Amino acid sequence: MRRWQSATVTGSRAETATAHTLSLRVDEWNGHLPGQHVDVRLTAPDGYQAVRSYSLAAPADDGVIEITVQRLPGGEVSEFLTDIAMIGDELEVRGPLGNWFVWDQEDPSPVLLVAGGSGVVPLMSMIRARHQADIQTPFHLIHSVRTPQDRIYGDELTRLAAQAGGPSVTWLYTRTAPPSETRPPGRLRQNDLDDGSSWTSGATPTCFICGPTGFVEDAANHLLAAGHHADRIRTERFGGR
Amino acid sequence: MVHVTRGFTGRHPATDDRLPPGQYLTDDFPVLSAGPTPAIRRDEWTFSIRDGDQALRSWTWDEFTALPAEDITVDIHCVTRWSRLDTAWRGVAIDDLLADVDTAAEYVLARSYGGYTTNLPLEDLLDGKAWIAYEHDGDDLPAEHGGPARLLVPHLYLWKSAKWIKSLDLVDDDDPGFWESLGYHDYGDPWREQRYQGD
Ligand SMILES: Cc1cc2nc3c(=O)[nH]c(=O)nc-3n(C[C@H](O)[C@H](O)[C@H](O)COP(=O)(O)OP(=O)(O)OC[C@H]3O[C@@H](n4cnc5c(N)ncnc54)[C@H](O)[C@@H]3O)c2cc1C
Repeated sequence: MRRWQSATVTGSRAETATAHTLSLRVDEWNGHLPGQHVDVRLTAPDGYQAVRSYSLAAPADDGVIEITVQRLPGGEVSEFLTDIAMIGDELEVRGPLGNWFVWDQEDPSPVLLVAGGSGVVPLMSMIRARHQADIQTPFHLIHSVRTPQDRIYGDELTRLAAQAGGPSVTWLYTRTAPPSETRPPGRLRQNDLDDGSSWTSGATPTCFICGPTGFVEDAANHLLAAGHHADRIRTERFGGR
Repeated sequence: MVHVTRGFTGRHPATDDRLPPGQYLTDDFPVLSAGPTPAIRRDEWTFSIRDGDQALRSWTWDEFTALPAEDITVDIHCVTRWSRLDTAWRGVAIDDLLADVDTAAEYVLARSYGGYTTNLPLEDLLDGKAWIAYEHDGDDLPAEHGGPARLLVPHLYLWKSAKWIKSLDLVDDDDPGFWESLGYHDYGDPWREQRYQGD
């Protein structure tokens, strides 16, 4: 059913020093759910192929989809997509894939989003879908990043958070925090997630956690310890440790 | 038609004829799970073989680990494209667990603690092809890899090897389990790249 199809790079922009967003024009695209991903396939002149998964970063815009790729040093596919791919290049995609880690716009439950690094990508897709559809469901994003410069979508999130009815957004810094920050830099802790829940207006949230495998494991355990129910926690593990 | 991607040469990682198409070798053990890792206490763990609502056989942890066990060395292949060769496990062959069960069922629905399910043909669990494993690399199986115990069906993609296994239900129909009802393949043969429904 979902065949490989060719995709043309129609846009490329830096989100941070190491993360890039690529816009890809695909011939046949019937839309996707926020949280889904595509498989991207690259082919070398000798026929060698490499395939990796990338989350869709935004609702499709007239056959154009977006992915945001974090460069991993020495990474076979991520280094190509961030450093070498240019407008006009062709690669192949297959999707949309993954029907579990998706936000259902009809579900009125508040949504807690917890991201580590590039794990913010599918969560941003949910935030953008909510904004486009003008839905008021309470959303709270907690994004763990190394330094303030590593805030993928930082400006857009700041802008959305400042709007009436926008999502609330908290950044946690693991290495270097901005001077105004009172939390000492460090990895995700239990109390980073017990935030009083005033944003939920008392209803039970659905939780989406995404990022490197170790981060997701820790965050899920913290949420369970904070009293969230296992069946309200959905996870997507990007790999790594 | 081959679409060469301008500027991409690729790393050409070492291949191996034990590597199915589209897979790469890794020494890591990445994790694919839909939610948090369930914490299951061994003194509360039971495993059963069920026919409908009826448990035909059931074991506590002590009973299960007293069964004759085998050391198993197999290659494993995850649908997220990593493979590992020669992974070491210890567990009980499904043949032994089903030895005195008489059934006309052709399929199995594996059920896990935490609610996960996956569907398999019964014959894929027999003849030395599948186990309930409780050790990995000589240690207790860690929770994130399915401990206390998981199904191990190495000839199919690893999502079929249900982590945190609770029961094997003998069933007449091949009704889709968790990932299967979300678009993954009903059978999942890595050598035929049966990743998604329709592959
Ligand atoms: C469903 C899904 C969605 C994904 N969405 C995105 C996305 O939106 N944006 C994005 O940037 N990535 C995403 N990823 C990760 C992506 O698929 C690749 O794994 C990643 O880009 C690394 O590929 P590579 O070829 O550059 O590195 P490789 O050459 O495969 O690996 C290089 C090294 O990096 C390690 N590594 C692999 N993945 C990670 C990781 N995620 N974190 C830390 N170390 C890692 C490997 O163990 C290896 O040591 C997603 C993964 C999945 C499964």
